[in-house]
Amino acid sequence: MATQHSRSAARLMLAPAVILLLGWMLVPLIMTLYFSFKNYLPLRGGDLGWAGFENYTRFVTSSSFWPSVATTLIIVGGVLFITVILGIFLAILLNQPMWGQGIVRILVIAPFFVMPTVSALVWKNMFMDPNYGLLAYLWEFFGATPVEWLSKASMPSIITIVSWQWLPFATLILLTAIQSLDSEQLEAAEMDGASATKRFAYITLPHLGRAITVVILIQTIFLLSIFAEIFVTTGGAFGTKTLSYLIFQRVLESQNVGLGSAGGVYAIILANIVAVFLMRIVGKNLDA
Amino acid sequence: MGRITLDKVTKSFGDTNVIPPLDLTINDGEFVVFVGPSGCGKSTLLRLIAGLEDVSSGQIRIDGEDATNLAPAKRKLAMVFQSYALYPHMSVRKNIAFPMKMAGVDEAEQKKRIEAAAKALNLTDYLDRRPGQLSGGQRQRVAIGRAIVREPSAFLFDEPLSNLDAALRVNMRLEISELHNQLKTTMIYVTHDQVEAMTMADKIVVLRAGHIEQVGSPLELYREPRNKFVAGFIGSPKMNFIEGSVAAQHGAHTIGIRPEHITASETAGLWQGVVGVAEHLGSDTFLHVHNTGLTDTITVRVNGEFGLRHGDTVYLNPEMDKLHKFDAQGLRIA
Repeated sequence: MATQHSRSAARLMLAPAVILLLGWMLVPLIMTLYFSFKNYLPLRGGDLGWAGFENYTRFVTSSSFWPSVATTLIIVGGVLFITVILGIFLAILLNQPMWGQGIVRILVIAPFFVMPTVSALVWKNMFMDPNYGLLAYLWEFFGATPVEWLSKASMPSIITIVSWQWLPFATLILLTAIQSLDSEQLEAAEMDGASATKRFAYITLPHLGRAITVVILIQTIFLLSIFAEIFVTTGGAFGTKTLSYLIFQRVLESQNVGLGSAGGVYAIILANIVAVFLMRIVGKNLDA
Repeated sequence: MGRITLDKVTKSFGDTNVIPPLDLTINDGEFVVFVGPSGCGKSTLLRLIAGLEDVSSGQIRIDGEDATNLAPAKRKLAMVFQSYALYPHMSVRKNIAFPMKMAGVDEAEQKKRIEAAAKALNLTDYLDRRPGQLSGGQRQRVAIGRAIVREPSAFLFDEPLSNLDAALRVNMRLEISELHNQLKTTMIYVTHDQVEAMTMADKIVVLRAGHIEQVGSPLELYREPRNKFVAGFIGSPKMNFIEGSVAAQHGAHTIGIRPEHITASETAGLWQGVVGVAEHLGSDTFLHVHNTGLTDTITVRVNGEFGLRHGDTVYLNPEMDKLHKFDAQGLRIA
């Protein structure tokens, strides 16, 4: 369609954006790769020369490496499971005609606008604190001993906090998908003798397939690098150290930039492995 | 069996009364067409029969049994929707099998009925495709196939041809009529197109604002419309209505004459006018004649070609025995 002239003009006009994006992504990536082969300890002598693959072997052989990968995957999987299931449920609920629909929808979306640090602090101090948190009062009301959430049930607590943050996103995407479902299809299924549960299983759920895929892919990208919620609640203690938190500790707490950079490269590899698996499992929903 | 009786059925949405008390009997094996302008309540009426809407008062009986509060699936009716409402993620085969699967029909029987329906509807080669890969006419046939395999006591069609192009519409019209002749099942068909109503129906129900204006066979409605509305709605091009002194001569408030009951002449006739637009269809020519002093435009249908051009004078001879007379309320005067 386009002529030679308009094509070259298009390339010219796209160039600034492409170059900016490339620089934005390539510079940090190359610097990470560069530092990962360096023995770089800012407070203990600075640049101490090339390290070869030593940083890489040290990072993987550390006793915290595999637990941190497992923690990352458990948090990502747990949050995905909770947000998708509850998201579908909430989306169906919000799609019902009811009084005050607009306000209810805004309230449901609200958690997404709270910054991760703030929401984690609110959960930590107002809900999960074993002395004066709301959950402690609830437990005491029923005569039970308050649970020390963040130390005794650290993983479920963090998964709850992160799920609370991401549930609005899942709900919103799934709600728009449900709204695009042709009501005549549901009526046809009703006339064909399908009960409400069967209509959900055979019509609504397949219709949501693509939206669920989008939710899973986008949330995975963000959840793999989850940090603030862990930083302000457990500080990586009680088995909540994710890969990104481990890298943070290596770089800032141990002041070993080289070792941390090697961890960063592992994080990239892990993200890509997860991405390949996800695309295999759910990616086929995106075409057709 | 498929005898459907509506007894004083009404429907209101909030304060809006869509269907005033309405009585109608549809006999077993009949092809009934609900026709009317958009917003006349014909689709609502169909949805009431289907059970997709609840009646506000009155009773619906199917084969003599009260079905007023019966769930749609229990009424043994099958419906073909305007949008076809096929399940996009299922193959054609699974779409057709769906109602049988829900009813728990065994696999062998399912297979048999699918094969039979596919053969009757020319879908055999497309059974493993998805609805998205089919053309409009094929989708329509899948929707019909899904309705047939249930072996319902009546079929409900909600403007099924309105999404098809003109040529395909004529084909599908014939196919549905043919299907009715084969199955001899009751069919209720909703359309706003009077041509579909005329060509397919055993019985036409003309609706306006929820009221039944007239019920009858296509030719009854054509020959003896009960009022001006039915007279204007049935027949294409529309009937010409003339008021004033000419009507008074015939003892009526309004007289109506169909375009095909007027002959045009270049030389002599009862009425005189000027040719406006002439629509040449090959087999016929529709002349729009102005300045007759009777009404704005008189439409005349002439067989074959007609020599006159825009602006020429034309003489018109109505066939007086085919004249329709209406009183001031628009009702037919016998």
